[in-house]
Amino acid sequence: MSAARDGILGGIHRSLGRGALDATRVAGLEARLDGHSRGELPARAQGLDRAGLLDLLERQAKAVACSVARVRSAADVPAELARYLKSQNLPSRVEMSPDPTLDAVPWASMPMLEIARGKPSGEEGVGVTSACAAVAETATLMIASGARSPATMSFLPDTHVVVLPASRVVGPLEDAWDRLRATSPAPMAAAAMPRTVNLVTGPSRTGDIEQKIEMGAHGPRRLHLIVVEDDALA
Amino acid sequence: MQATSNAFRANARVGLANPTLQSALGKMKVGFPTKRAEAVSRLPEFDALRDQARDIKNHVLENLDWYLERFERRVTEAGGHVHWARTPEEAREIVLGICRRLGARTVTKGKSMIAEEIGLNAHLEKHAIEPVETDLGEYIIQLRNEAPSHIIAPAVHLTKDAIEADFRRAHSHLDARRDLTEPQSLVAEARGILRKRYFEADVGITGANFLVAETGSSVIVTNEGNGDLTQLLPKAHVVLASLEKIVPTLEDASAILRVLARSATGQEMSVYTTFSTGPKRAADLDGPGEYHVVLLDNGRSALLGTEFQDILRCIRCGACMNHCPVYGAVGGHAYGWVYPGPMGAVLTPSLIGVENARPLPNASTFCGKCESVCPMRIPLPKMMRHYRAREWERKLGTRVSRLALGAWAWAARRPALYRFAAARAMATLGWLGRRHGSFFNLPLASGWTATREFPAPQGRTFQDLWRQRRRAGGGR
Repeated sequence: MSAARDGILGGIHRSLGRGALDATRVAGLEARLDGHSRGELPARAQGLDRAGLLDLLERQAKAVACSVARVRSAADVPAELARYLKSQNLPSRVEMSPDPTLDAVPWASMPMLEIARGKPSGEEGVGVTSACAAVAETATLMIASGARSPATMSFLPDTHVVVLPASRVVGPLEDAWDRLRATSPAPMAAAAMPRTVNLVTGPSRTGDIEQKIEMGAHGPRRLHLIVVEDDALA
Repeated sequence: MQATSNAFRANARVGLANPTLQSALGKMKVGFPTKRAEAVSRLPEFDALRDQARDIKNHVLENLDWYLERFERRVTEAGGHVHWARTPEEAREIVLGICRRLGARTVTKGKSMIAEEIGLNAHLEKHAIEPVETDLGEYIIQLRNEAPSHIIAPAVHLTKDAIEADFRRAHSHLDARRDLTEPQSLVAEARGILRKRYFEADVGITGANFLVAETGSSVIVTNEGNGDLTQLLPKAHVVLASLEKIVPTLEDASAILRVLARSATGQEMSVYTTFSTGPKRAADLDGPGEYHVVLLDNGRSALLGTEFQDILRCIRCGACMNHCPVYGAVGGHAYGWVYPGPMGAVLTPSLIGVENARPLPNASTFCGKCESVCPMRIPLPKMMRHYRAREWERKLGTRVSRLALGAWAWAARRPALYRFAAARAMATLGWLGRRHGSFFNLPLASGWTATREFPAPQGRTFQDLWRQRRRAGGGR
C-alpha cells in the first residue's frame, strides 16, 4: 500500500514544514545511530567490580522474587539443580536448551536428573536455559533466541532455571547490548539481531485482579538463577 | 470503536453511582501512586532520566519521517514486512488480509491499545475469525464484552467477585463447585484455558511499546508472558504500532525503559521486555514464520508541528490517570473512547476531533498532578487549555457555560470593577459562612454542594492580600 506510505510521509513533511532531510542532517542521524551513545546511567550500576556486581545482582533478584544460588564451578551445577528441584518438590525431569554453555556442565555426575535437550514440549515442567548476559542494575537476564536457544523455553515451563557464568554479569542494560553486539556473527546494524531477545526480570506475574500480585500468569511461576563463579565456564 | 466522549457527564454519573467501580477505584488510587513513589525514591537519577526521555522523543518527532524509513529498511532486511495505514479501516484490512492468506481461524492477541483504536476484534469476528485476548485483564473484559477502562490495567474497574462470576458463566464446562475465592485460583483457571489457545492460534497479534530504528525491532513490555507466547507459537506475528513509537537505538530504548515501568506499576523493570526482529531464522528452533508491522497514523502526523505535538511523546504508562482525581472518581469508561484519563483528554480530541470529545479537556481540576508525574514531561494541563480555547472559539460549549465564561471575561477585562465585585462577594460569603467555615448549599453551586461542603472564603481576596504583602515589603 504505497499510497498510504507516501501519504503518511508526505503528511509528516507538511506538518514539519520541510521536505525530506538534506544530506548533512541525514549524516548526523546516521552518526547518532552508529554511535550507540549512552545517556544518564544510574550510579548504582556503575564502577562495580565482580563481587560488587554479583552482590547487586543477587539483591535485585530477591526483590523481584528470583532466587539465586552461587556455585564455584560448572561441576557444582548439577547438584545445585537437584537440590533446588527437591526444595521446591519438583520432579527431577527437566527440559534443557541445547545451548553450548550448558554442554560444558557435567550433567552425568547427577544421574537422578532426567534431561531432555531441545525445544520445550509445552508441558508445564522445568526448563533450563543459559543467558547471554545478566544486568545487575535490575536483575534482568538477557536471553537471545537461536539455533541452540529456543525462545519458548523461557515461557512454556512452569519453572525456569538459568545457568549463568559470572563473567556475563554486567552493570547497566547498555553493557548487555554491547555484549550481544560483540557476540553477534555480523554487525548488528546489518539486521543481525537474533529473532527474539528476551529481557527477563523475575518470574511471570499479574496484578490484573484488584492489583494483587499473583505469580505464574502465563509464563513460569518460579525463576531460579545459578551463577557459576569461576571463569572456566565463560 | 464508537466514541461516547460527548456523553462524559452522563457516563460519569453512571460511574459515580456504581459501587463495584468505586470500590475498585479506591484500591487503585492508593496502590499505583504508592508503588510509583517508592520506585522513584529508590532512583536518585529519576528526574534527570525523565529529561533525557523527553529529549529522545522530541528528537525522534523532529526527524520522524527519516526514522520510520530507516526502521522499515531494517525490518525488510530481517525478512519482515512493514505495512503503512493512514486510517483504522486501512489497518483493519491489512490485518484481515494477512489472516485470510494464512487461512486463520483463531488469532491470539497480546495487549494492544492500537487494536482497540482500530476496532480490530469486531472486524475479525465479522469475518469469522476468532480473536482471543491473552492478557488476563483483556481476557476478562473480552468475556464481559467491555472496553478497557485503563491503558495498563484494563480490568481495573472490576472486583474479584465480579470476575469470579464472569468465569463461572464463561467456563461453564468446569466443575461448578470449584473454589474460586482466591485471585490465585482465577489466575490459574485463565492460564489453563489460554494455554491451549496459544497452540491453536494461526496468527499472533501484539502491540509495541517501542520500534527500534537501529535494528528494525519491535518491543513489548509485559508482566505475564502472554505477549511472548502470543508471538512465538503461531505461523505469523503481526505487530500493531502507531508512528510515534520509534526510538533510534537500543540505548535509547533502554533509557526510556528506566522511566516506563517505574511510572506505571512502580517496578524497576517489567518482567518481560521482548525485542522481536523479523521472522524465525532458518536454523532457529522456534518463532513465527512471518513478521509484519502495521504502522498506523490515524491523525498523528497532523499533530506534528502543532501545540499538541508533545502528546506524541506519551509512552502509555498510565501514571497520569493513576494520579488523576477525576479519573479516580469516575473511572475510565466515562471518557467514552479508547484512551481515558488526562492523556486521553488530550489524545482523544486530537485523534477523533474536539467536536466529538468536547467535555474531555474540561474533565480536569487542573491540579497539575498528571504533568508532575509524567515520565515524558508532557504538559497535559496546558494542552487541555488549548482545547478549551478551541472549544470557545468554535462555540462548542453548552449555553450556560458560554454565558458564565462570557460574563466572567467581561468583568475580568475591567480590573477596577472586578476587584470591587470580588472584594464585595468574598466579604459577603466570608460573613455568611463565618459560623461553620463552609456552606452546605449555595445558589448556583448545587452541583458542588450536593455531594460535599463548599469552604467559606476568609473574607479577603488574593489580590488584596498580595497588595498588602507588597506594601509591607515582603514580596517583589
